Amino acid sequence: MKEFFNIYTDPVYSFTFVCIAFFFMIKYVDLVATKKFGIGLMIGTVVMFVLCFMDPVFSANFYMTNDNVPIIFLVLLLAWTTWFALYKGVNNDRRMAQGLPPIEATPENREKVWAWPNLVYTELFAIILGTVFLIGWAVFFKAPLEEPANPTWAPNPAKAPWYFLGLQEMLVYFDPWLAGVLLPGLIVVGLIAIPYIDVNPKGNGYYTFRERKFAIIVYLFCWLVLWNFLIIIGTVFRGPNWSFYGPFEVWDTHKVIAANNVNISEMLWINTLGVKLPSNILVREIAGILMTLAYLVLFPLFLTKKLFNFKGTFGAIFNGGFLGKRYLQRLGWARYSILIFLVLMTLTLPIKMYLRWLINLKYIVFMPEFEFNI
Amino acid sequence: MSKRTTLNRREFFSFLSVGWIAFAAAAGGMASLIFRFLYPNVVFEPAMDFVAGRPDDFDDGVDERWKNVYGVWVYKNEGKLVALSNICTHLGCVPTWLPAERKFKCPCHGSGYYANGINFEGPAPRPLERYKVNLDASGQIIVDKTKVFRYEKGEWTHPDSFIVV
Repeated sequence: MKEFFNIYTDPVYSFTFVCIAFFFMIKYVDLVATKKFGIGLMIGTVVMFVLCFMDPVFSANFYMTNDNVPIIFLVLLLAWTTWFALYKGVNNDRRMAQGLPPIEATPENREKVWAWPNLVYTELFAIILGTVFLIGWAVFFKAPLEEPANPTWAPNPAKAPWYFLGLQEMLVYFDPWLAGVLLPGLIVVGLIAIPYIDVNPKGNGYYTFRERKFAIIVYLFCWLVLWNFLIIIGTVFRGPNWSFYGPFEVWDTHKVIAANNVNISEMLWINTLGVKLPSNILVREIAGILMTLAYLVLFPLFLTKKLFNFKGTFGAIFNGGFLGKRYLQRLGWARYSILIFLVLMTLTLPIKMYLRWLINLKYIVFMPEFEFNI
Repeated sequence: MSKRTTLNRREFFSFLSVGWIAFAAAAGGMASLIFRFLYPNVVFEPAMDFVAGRPDDFDDGVDERWKNVYGVWVYKNEGKLVALSNICTHLGCVPTWLPAERKFKCPCHGSGYYANGINFEGPAPRPLERYKVNLDASGQIIVDKTKVFRYEKGEWTHPDSFIVV
């Protein structure tokens, strides 16, 4: 059983599994958004943690860094907030389908109270309780005191604080300029841009799922699936040498993982054509450059136009035209292009992750001469 | 009783000048304090060049004796001796030398390098940098960290980047 988990938590399986689970969560959202499912989800998460901590290897690895402890609360909060929002939204959708107003618009919920004292008192107590919690925590979980800093030595594994582990995981797959500067910048800019791109006036002041399906799915995929997956992988599954270790696997520094990564240029010229790398940089990187251009041109086409005619669920994903003319007309070309650009940039992450896992790809375009690698 | 409570033009400007000069002086003092704060009181950086010993002191392969002091691995192979930087070319962490696997492995993002510094796994875009090495009059190796040689720029063939032993 433990061996099974050690094997199938490997990112290539677990990320695929998480994506499929996300797909089914959206497809059967009515089932997910029931109280029974919510209670089951919370109990299941707690039971999972208890079972994991009963294993000595898991708890030894987990407590290696003390700031892993909040991860337990955060995973519970993650499950709870996601379920709660879906529950509220689906409930309102059901009411609106019956012609009733959303629950937040009923007369008893529209009643207004004063911010002082009702809100301010609540905030005061929240602040006091939060402080008590933090002091208690600081007393019981001491910060580790390590040896003095030495610029010629690094701990193994060298882990960032948990909230940066998503970024650190991203850096495994990309050049630091992309994963450290461009993509985090785009995440911030993209989050700022959301209210300007999203012109759907529905869902203002009440929970809903059906009326904001696209926005919710895109956001939950980026945040719930992609970002949290990276943080959890970085926190629990990365051990010495930043290699992957299963949850019940001993952190052995000498675990050998064949990670001999190659660039597209080497695959084309050396492995396929059997010749030396051309000396001209543009000729050498031609395959990667063409693939990048195709991605930037063909993929927006795929998102906009219906290109295939598959039946059923398969067709809903692979026929193309996800965003379609509808969105182009509703958003206008400026918003639409920004949306497409952000979607393209987001999808580079799972694409690059799968390419690394499946064909050991290092860089698509590799020009260390100009510090330009994608 | 007709005590004047308003300022005339001349008095107003003298007050204004004093106020602005005081404000500028305070702001300038604060700025100089902040500027001074940017520079550390004590610098722990090791010297940029050092005497590493005689070429015969080193066996073939990777030698770690200067790694914790100067951040340099000495690598001797096939009659050549080079000084490798211990800074990962991906994001600047310090890789670990794994003697059993005969490779350098970075603990931050998993970049791997062969003993000669060539990157082969993980995200590192280029090989480890090499420092300038030469022999002084008494036959000792001088490692100069101010001059680096980068493989992807074809600098590893430069005569200063290695010592023939």
